[in-house]
Amino acid sequence: MSAQPLHFVSPAQFRGRVSEALADDGLRDNFRSAMHFLRDKRASQFPDPVETEALRDLGEAVRKHALAHLPALLEKLEANLQARGVEVHWADTPDEACAIIHRIATEAGARRVIKGKSMVSEEVELNHYLEARGVECLESDMGEYIVQLAGERPSHIVMPAIHKTKQDIARLFEQKIPGVGYTEDVDALIHTGRQVLRERFMQADIGISGVNFAIAETGTLWLVENEGNGRLSTTVPDIHIAMMGIEKVVDTLEHALPLASLLPRSATGQAATTYFNLISGPRRPGDQDGPRRMHLVLLDNGRSQAYADAQLRATLQCIRCGACMNHCPVYARVGGHAYGTTYPGPIGQILSPHLLGLEASRDLPTASSLCGACAEVCPVRIPIPSLLMRLRTEANRAPGAAVAQPLAGQGASFSLGQKLVWRFWSGIYASPGRYRLLRWAATRLRRLAPRSQMGWTQHRTPLVPAARSLHDLMKARARGRPGV
Amino acid sequence: MHAVRPPRPDQVYLFGTCLIDLFVPEAGLDAVRLLEREGLTVHYPPAQSCCGQPAFTSGNPDEARRVAAAQIALFDQPWPIVVPSGSCAGMMRHHWPTLFDDDPALQARARDVAGRVHELAGFLVEVLAVDYSAAGGEPVTVGLHTSCSARREMGTRVHGVQLLSALPGVTLDTHASESECCGFGGVFSLKHADISGAIVRDKVASLSAVCDRFVTADCGCMLNITHAAEHQGRPLRGEHIATFLRRRLEGAA
Amino acid sequence: MSARDRILARLRAAEPGAPVAPPDVAGYYAQRPRPTPAERLNQLCVRLRASRVDVKLAGPHDWAPVAAGALQQRGVRRLALGTCARAATLAAALPDTVDTVCFDGAIEGWKRELFETVDAGFTPASAGIAATGALLLNHGGALPRTLSLVPPVSLVCIDARDLYDDLHHAASAQRWADDMPTNRVLVSSPSRTADIQQTLAYGAHGPRELIVLVITDGETA
Repeated sequence: MSAQPLHFVSPAQFRGRVSEALADDGLRDNFRSAMHFLRDKRASQFPDPVETEALRDLGEAVRKHALAHLPALLEKLEANLQARGVEVHWADTPDEACAIIHRIATEAGARRVIKGKSMVSEEVELNHYLEARGVECLESDMGEYIVQLAGERPSHIVMPAIHKTKQDIARLFEQKIPGVGYTEDVDALIHTGRQVLRERFMQADIGISGVNFAIAETGTLWLVENEGNGRLSTTVPDIHIAMMGIEKVVDTLEHALPLASLLPRSATGQAATTYFNLISGPRRPGDQDGPRRMHLVLLDNGRSQAYADAQLRATLQCIRCGACMNHCPVYARVGGHAYGTTYPGPIGQILSPHLLGLEASRDLPTASSLCGACAEVCPVRIPIPSLLMRLRTEANRAPGAAVAQPLAGQGASFSLGQKLVWRFWSGIYASPGRYRLLRWAATRLRRLAPRSQMGWTQHRTPLVPAARSLHDLMKARARGRPGV
Repeated sequence: MHAVRPPRPDQVYLFGTCLIDLFVPEAGLDAVRLLEREGLTVHYPPAQSCCGQPAFTSGNPDEARRVAAAQIALFDQPWPIVVPSGSCAGMMRHHWPTLFDDDPALQARARDVAGRVHELAGFLVEVLAVDYSAAGGEPVTVGLHTSCSARREMGTRVHGVQLLSALPGVTLDTHASESECCGFGGVFSLKHADISGAIVRDKVASLSAVCDRFVTADCGCMLNITHAAEHQGRPLRGEHIATFLRRRLEGAA
Repeated sequence: MSARDRILARLRAAEPGAPVAPPDVAGYYAQRPRPTPAERLNQLCVRLRASRVDVKLAGPHDWAPVAAGALQQRGVRRLALGTCARAATLAAALPDTVDTVCFDGAIEGWKRELFETVDAGFTPASAGIAATGALLLNHGGALPRTLSLVPPVSLVCIDARDLYDDLHHAASAQRWADDMPTNRVLVSSPSRTADIQQTLAYGAHGPRELIVLVITDGETA
């Protein structure tokens, strides 16, 4: 396949894309109904609140424990993987990660790469990098395949093509796959994808996958999937390259078990996915199949910035289930592409500032009503609203202000005008005398309330203060005139 | 399952909140009436203003701290502090103590105050165990909107349901996506007006499908939903739960 | 400095944060309700069937003919199997219409043949997980991974004595962490996807059908 043009989108253009998304009624309906479907599916997997909360406590404890020992666990993972014949690579930046993989491909003379689902590979724009250097890179997860065929990017971390209807996909297949006619029959569409990709699995030189949990103690990569493309990608090609963020490691196999229960139940409302694929190294003497060589690429890309701060570190507890986006009122309205980031929705809003810097992502932390639905369903209890508020604070902080752990892009939203407005505001509300003056003015001059009140009146009638404030009413009562 | 009921006080503070103070003062007054009906003396410190939430949630903790510190000084008697708003109660209960990590003395006072903060509906049910079986009025169907903070930080949706269900002649109708946010989010409604507008449009639609009057314990949500409905020309109107309860107790429709 | 050293140095320089107690995973699982063996078997069957698995119960002497019948019914003409005792028993029970193939040597020698000519693969499972309805396949050595993956029909047998309540029960009883084969797979259904408009479709990339033979010692659920 020829290189598909990728849409390089900037998170800085968030607002414009939001307007487009909100104007697209069809898209909004797709997302809303898909989100309700996924919410109901998840709820059906957690019928017992006591068990649910106990398991979430445990999931959180596992992730916090792993993060507390992160550097030691990464070294342990590396040593145990190496003992099993896996080559371990470390990448600071997306470019380094891509270059490592390109080097492996070049040394092996590989031309064809087949990919299982990996959000980290999306994060580093691997397909684009390899295609530009003459290495064909084909997505094999059905959703990812559809999105790649359309020249788009995933709009959801678990369901990449959730923004598309079956009609969209029927048209896409008809246009892009030779010899395929238009059909809205989902089984037939899936069968088409299967036929195209099976041949590619057989021919591929390299299989690339993500990692759901890496187990330090045993040197094991745990992959979770339904389709079998992950198993094919990690089994059939001669070389398997796994990619993961440095936060994905846990200490022991036992520690991974509660996460393996929480992940599918939270993500797709399944008790377990079709396959849990636990890989502990390449083909050994006596094995008949499996890749002959295996690599793991560990990516930082800003994660160590989140790690440096004791509060923001909770961002890295994430197991990428997507439940936060499924339950988010904002995500359900604007869809995944509007965010312009690899990871959309609430988790993307707290993770992207570390990956991209606050400058490029400054509108993301504010795009939340802080309703808390995300934190309520998060299987590892990431306090997403608190982290959003913290990022807002860092974005508002003066760019030069000295802090212990400055974030990249600190002060991206700083404006002297805004700062003065808040100073003024707090000056009024912290002073009974000034606040009395405000009340007096607001109630006596209520008829002068502006008809246009910033964003409020775009969708609402104007607010008009009451004729007498509660303070006035209470004072009158105290004077013995309770009838007012 | 409820813990042992806290001792019934005979004096309480009312923290009226800035939105009620300027935009829905009768809700504050009705909260006072409901508390007095139970034989309590209600103290309203006149120097009170705002819990500081707008600054806090928009990432301006210094300004939130300044405003919160001014409030904390007003509640020196050991009386409960009743707040007719779930989100302000949540701010005071859960976030005030975190504002003063660098000031142990003020933090200790903030903790003491935070521990005495109650959301109104929760207070009526849990502490006062009110009996509203003698309320009257025309049969009416209402919807209930619980703010996200009330629901998730204060756990008081159940109290709203309990209070409304106990009223003779009142039918409570649940609407689709009841647990979903109304899109207010304070400064969010100004900063991301389009997204907020899309969310509230759906909330107005789902409430309108079951009722044309809804009750809520949060003025932020109430103003958001009511003014959005008015903007769309829909008849949906909201009422603060304190006002609705007071009217039913007086036998009004 | 290498990327490795830079990353580790940054992580080691981070704020310490609050102390973290090790998670009590065993304690959590110990509090879960414990089903009886009959309930366990029933739970496994119900879960698997809900995921469109054809589950058959049979005794130690008739499981192979039952399995053979299931293959024949699906028109399977070529079955790939390994060299274990179960495979030999199954092979002996197959009708003339079903050919068997036991691949020799590394996959490079038989990859195309497997993809293009084999209708079904047979894999004995080492454990069954009742809570989620899943079967453990320990690949490696004489049991290639691809037999349960590439052919359109996957046939798996499991001894009812090897059923466990949940993953934790199985992993601790069988001491998984002590000896990890190259590839352990837990399988709970035929390959599936809901990537097109949340509509569930089977046979995405792996087997379209999964047949599970539970070998009981005469007692059925």
